[in-house]
Amino acid sequence: MSHAIVCRELVKHYPGKPPVEAVRGLDLEVREGECFGLLGPNGAGKTTTLEILEGLLDPTSGDVRILDREWRTHEQEIREAIGISLQETRFSDKLTVAETVRMFRSFYRAGMAPAEAVDVVSLEEKADAYVVQLSGGQRQRLAVACAIVGDPRLLFLDEPTTGLDPQSRRQLWDIVNSFRSSGRTVMLTTHAMDEAERLCDRVAIVDHGRVIALGTPSQLIGQIGGEHLIDFSLMETSQPLSEDQLQRLPSVRSAHANGGTYRLAVDKPHVALPALLACLQDEGRELSHLTTRHGTLEDVFLSLTGRRLTEDADVVA
Amino acid sequence: MSWRESSPLWQLVMSRIRLFLREPSAVFWVYGFPLLMLVALGTAFRDDPQERIMVDVVGSGNRETVLERLRRESRFQIATPADDGWRKRLQYGKTDLVVEADAATPVGYRLWEEPRRAESRLARYAVEAALNGPATSTPGPASGPEVRRLEGAGSRYIDFLLPGMIGMGLMGGGVWGVGFVLADMRVRKLLKLFIATPMRRGDFLASILISRVTFTVLDVVFLIAVGAWVFDVRCQGSYLELGLASLMGAACFAGIGLLIASRAQTIETVSGLMNLVLLPMWVFSGVFFSSERFPAAIQPVVNLLPLTALNQLLRGIMLEGASMFAFWPQLLLLAGYGVGTFFVALKIFRWR
Repeated sequence: MSHAIVCRELVKHYPGKPPVEAVRGLDLEVREGECFGLLGPNGAGKTTTLEILEGLLDPTSGDVRILDREWRTHEQEIREAIGISLQETRFSDKLTVAETVRMFRSFYRAGMAPAEAVDVVSLEEKADAYVVQLSGGQRQRLAVACAIVGDPRLLFLDEPTTGLDPQSRRQLWDIVNSFRSSGRTVMLTTHAMDEAERLCDRVAIVDHGRVIALGTPSQLIGQIGGEHLIDFSLMETSQPLSEDQLQRLPSVRSAHANGGTYRLAVDKPHVALPALLACLQDEGRELSHLTTRHGTLEDVFLSLTGRRLTEDADVVA
Repeated sequence: MSWRESSPLWQLVMSRIRLFLREPSAVFWVYGFPLLMLVALGTAFRDDPQERIMVDVVGSGNRETVLERLRRESRFQIATPADDGWRKRLQYGKTDLVVEADAATPVGYRLWEEPRRAESRLARYAVEAALNGPATSTPGPASGPEVRRLEGAGSRYIDFLLPGMIGMGLMGGGVWGVGFVLADMRVRKLLKLFIATPMRRGDFLASILISRVTFTVLDVVFLIAVGAWVFDVRCQGSYLELGLASLMGAACFAGIGLLIASRAQTIETVSGLMNLVLLPMWVFSGVFFSSERFPAAIQPVVNLLPLTALNQLLRGIMLEGASMFAFWPQLLLLAGYGVGTFFVALKIFRWR
């Protein structure tokens, strides 16, 4: 299978006080036809990585190949074959949707009819509206329309749904899914787990400028121990339990204690749950609360870094 | 914890001060620029604690009497041009009023004023008061001096003002239409999105220049048309050359606009830079009155401003009917600014 994106040992340093190492040796292979997600907290180096792949930033070192070509030698060719939506673009207020898409179409030698691109993102009714009159979700769809109007083989989306309401997010997911189902490649960044799980065939979790985990969402969730999670807490009067003790229970892959609350990653809830309840009974501990749920990428990130994805949002964007 | 650390007011004030000082352009616009303007305007209207009224005294007859009376008051700055040049001086705003001594008139002189300029009116009242004076007890409109105005197309203040307006419009258009527009697109990240597409950068810059030229043509045609219809202002020279000179000016200021926009990352910075360029030329380049009224010491600098050169060029063509090539130093200066700023701007232009 050929690769849409290959990058090796990508490094990006920004000189300054103190110098920032935004990307520190990052390897990626994105296959043609898949939707690939870079998942990580703000400041992890996602956008920097994406902009290097998009040919908008020069890496400090490392190799990048896009659609089997290099930026240095084939910039124009690559640009004709990719579409890009940046994290925040404010289109000119007083141009209409149709005018904006038409202008972007003019930059490409080949592509779809501007009206078709407007259709794809369901903005037909707003075609003659000024950009300034659009909602946040509509503007984001306009950005996608401008990115796909050149009929790209590879589409880059940087945080496509950040700040949008749930309905607008689902609309955008539908657009991305239908684009991908026509056999083309999508590379996106997000810090929303549900988005990555919903859209991406494979995900690379990025933290501090490195890939710390790579695989399909279900692989990653499986890797860190069990697809199912049991969260419970004890009555305040009960003595705490040790993680070792819990780890020895059948079907439990890992146990994590935090104050009076516990999280077990388990393979088979129907085996682990009775064993847990029996154990609590034997030890004379009393439950105050218990839930079971599916694991998420959020749990993967937590187990890998000990931090939550949505925290420490104010490092380097 | 010291009181400084625990006082929210102190912390808030210090934060404001730090944020302000860490924005060098803000510091410049708040302190540097007003100082600069103060110095500039102070130089233009220097050692001028009282009003200064520029009066030309011409003609023959009792000219010496007139001169003697006017010289009693130090506020009159008197010139005695020998030839007919006073008409042009009055029109160009180099003098406020002309006293033409003529024994044939009832009071021995006649006044030439430019009623469209307030200074000229004020000068007339001051001169009438000085010449009639408390000594002569013959006031009243009946015995007032004859007052004349420069009439006829090509010799009025409006004729002088219109080319200045064209020049000012070309400057504003270039600096705003190119500088502000580009900086705004950079702030919106639109420039970055553009270069992420196969769009050729040359196409983009050409589009800016072409739209500028289009608006320039409309701008100049509109001003000339209104001038002709409403005020009967005519171009004494070739309209073709007037058009060419305007395009030259537009190109020069488009280059300056491009340079202003080439690095600016915020709207605040670009507004500041635009003011830095526009304000001195509004003041010094002879839009409303001849730039020759500024002291001789700063004339070399004033003459190096592109708008000064453009105004001289446009006035030469419109008022004197001169060929644009008679103003080759001005043409050269404009071309130099245009080409120089354009290449520097391309070299340092920030697309992202």
